[in-house]
Amino acid sequence: MWRWFHKLGSPKWFYAISGRWLPWFAVAALLLLSVGTVWALMFAPADYQQGNSFRIIYIHVPAAFLAQSGYVIMAVAGAVGLIWKMKLADVMAKCCAPIGASFTFLALVTGAIWGKPTWGAWWVWDARLTSMLVLLFLYLGVVALQSAFTDRNQAARASALLSLVGLVNIPIIKYSVEWWNTLHQPASLTLTEKPAMPAEMWVPLLIMVAGFYCFFSVVLLMRARVELLDRERRTGWVKDIISSGKS
Amino acid sequence: MYFESFSEFLAMGGHGKYVWIAYGLTAVIFALNLMTPMLKRKRLIAEQIRQLRREKLHASDS
Repeated sequence: MWRWFHKLGSPKWFYAISGRWLPWFAVAALLLLSVGTVWALMFAPADYQQGNSFRIIYIHVPAAFLAQSGYVIMAVAGAVGLIWKMKLADVMAKCCAPIGASFTFLALVTGAIWGKPTWGAWWVWDARLTSMLVLLFLYLGVVALQSAFTDRNQAARASALLSLVGLVNIPIIKYSVEWWNTLHQPASLTLTEKPAMPAEMWVPLLIMVAGFYCFFSVVLLMRARVELLDRERRTGWVKDIISSGKS
Repeated sequence: MYFESFSEFLAMGGHGKYVWIAYGLTAVIFALNLMTPMLKRKRLIAEQIRQLRREKLHASDS
């Protein structure tokens, strides 16, 4: 385990292994997302109350899942970087921020688009929506901090601290629909209970969630690999890769 | 298939506007997430190739 941990910290080793993982994640993402999208748009039944606007759930919920998981990954990677001074963890934390921000934005906007025909308003200041907006600002804060320092280690430390403090927002988002009276409906998928929807509605949702996770892995690895090449540009292994043309 | 015809599929029972804008925006955000690292990578590699060439030239001069 510890040897593996040390190896994982080696940029050269990680660059090689992630290059082998990447195509698998990409194929999985492509398959899951195509099957999920076709199923969601053409085969899933419409909701008896919300009609076809309900189909927005198939992108809204996965985007919201990723927005939160991405944040936790960013904070954990930041903590690992803080505690063990692991360079790779700093790279991961940095690369999570813009991707997570884009998924949070997507969750918010698809939510607004879904809210209009369902609630009659694009936006309401209720607990779930507000805490998600705070999440977007936290992400943007990390992105800004990452580029505010010329020294990489300082940038990593400041961003890790901000992400760790912001972690308190994650349970607030999760329980916001239970603690406060909100317009937002309660969780569609939980680990402990059977979904309230029929299988032909939640199976494609599960497929989309899996597809979004695979896509997240793909773009996170892509970003991390470029960041590693950039940071390690003066080292032998990067020069070898570049001069051999096999990057 | 849930819909009877293609035009019904496009109309989404009157919610077409909402559904298609949401899915379209998703496609845009996915594309941006893919393109950003690809372009950055291309630029970085081109820059490094130039850098390595310069270093080689410099080494053969002296």
